[in-house]
Amino acid sequence: MAPSLPTIQPGDVANAEKARAGGSFDAGEAVEHHGALFDYLLRLGDDSLILGQRLTEWCGHAPALEIDLSLANIGLDLIGQASLFLNLAGEVEGKGRDGDRLAFHRDVLAFRNCLLVEQPNGDFAQTIARQFLFSTMQLSLFERLTGSSDHRIAEIAAKAVKEVRYHAELASDWVVRLGDGTEESRRRMVDGLDWFWRFVDEMFQSDEIEQSLTRAGIAVDRAELRQGFDATVGNVLRDATLPLPEYPRALTGGRIGHHGEHLGHLLATMQYLPRTYPDAVW
Amino acid sequence: MVSEVLDDAVADRIMAVLATVPDPEIPAVSVTDLGIVRGVRCDPPVVTITPTYTGCPATLVIEASVRAALDEAGFADVGIKTVLSPPWTTDWISDEGREKLRAYGIAPPPKGAGSRSLRADSPAECPRCGSLHTQEVSRFGSTPCKALWRCLDCQEPFDRFKCH
Ligand SMILES: [Zn+2]
Repeated sequence: MAPSLPTIQPGDVANAEKARAGGSFDAGEAVEHHGALFDYLLRLGDDSLILGQRLTEWCGHAPALEIDLSLANIGLDLIGQASLFLNLAGEVEGKGRDGDRLAFHRDVLAFRNCLLVEQPNGDFAQTIARQFLFSTMQLSLFERLTGSSDHRIAEIAAKAVKEVRYHAELASDWVVRLGDGTEESRRRMVDGLDWFWRFVDEMFQSDEIEQSLTRAGIAVDRAELRQGFDATVGNVLRDATLPLPEYPRALTGGRIGHHGEHLGHLLATMQYLPRTYPDAVW
Repeated sequence: MVSEVLDDAVADRIMAVLATVPDPEIPAVSVTDLGIVRGVRCDPPVVTITPTYTGCPATLVIEASVRAALDEAGFADVGIKTVLSPPWTTDWISDEGREKLRAYGIAPPPKGAGSRSLRADSPAECPRCGSLHTQEVSRFGSTPCKALWRCLDCQEPFDRFKCH
């Protein structure tokens, strides 16, 4: 993980909610949101952290120098997002954990990322398929989160959305290039999209945690993002002359800590140094 | 309002100090040229800075350099505050900063393009020969803020500051 950024402006979410919603929350609701908000920030931060870590695995291995730089840069942006969200999560939790503590000293069951981001890179087309699906979702999510009633989330989203626009463009360009390319590149792109399609539904699922935050204007109803996502994906796949993937049964569970075996291996690599040498400094 | 006059003078001096702090990745320009310094407030004395990219490793170096420059100039009591909002945009790069970038071999971003993506952009002007006959090689370059281009006239590759 890159050095963590300074924490963003302190603020009390309960007060912000009250100020923006005309004081319609009682203390009980504020407490309830407190725990939900921590969980929500972990979901946002862990998605970025885990995908950022996955992308760093390409460093020095990508098919060409330019794409090596691109994947490393996208990974860096994602780790930057993770740093902001996880620092804020630690602040909201109020137990003295900062972003680094949450990233490097949490066990696999406590991670809240969706299953899509923890999947191994596969070949280049699979990595592009995963990036395309994720960045397309994240772009619409962050566009909406810029209007969050929690100004701290709104600020992070406004900062990050400009970067995510680049990620989504790069990934969709490559989907077209590979899909409408050679026989082999097309076959690999089709396989990549087919494989990752089973993880798409989870990105748009909501639960009581997110619904309560959505009612408070803090979070965004993920289901509302699906239509725009489907439209964008449909347009890009049409440009790429690719069929829309189908998968009968979606895989879910990441948001409540039910991960596949791959995440444990990823964390073992990512967390090894700070756990073995807890006093190490940059 | 004598104190305000004094404060203005102090703020000017602080800004003059900050104008000597180079960006760690593009030392030809200062942190004030890039628009990273958002302001100086005197009561309590604090300098406000903003990161260019969320994951930019230069952010911490910039803060440390600003700290060192302030201490060196006798402004040890001036704090540094990092803010995310409003988010940094390349539109905040000064005219002087744009010229310095060009002289350094980096095509500056077009003004007013901060909210657009690179895809919609007109061709970059080659910082070496001024040709507009140029081509994007990679949208991501050697640092988060740069894209890789090449000139089809003088054949030289060059960095372009990404619109952001
Ligand atoms: Zn030229």
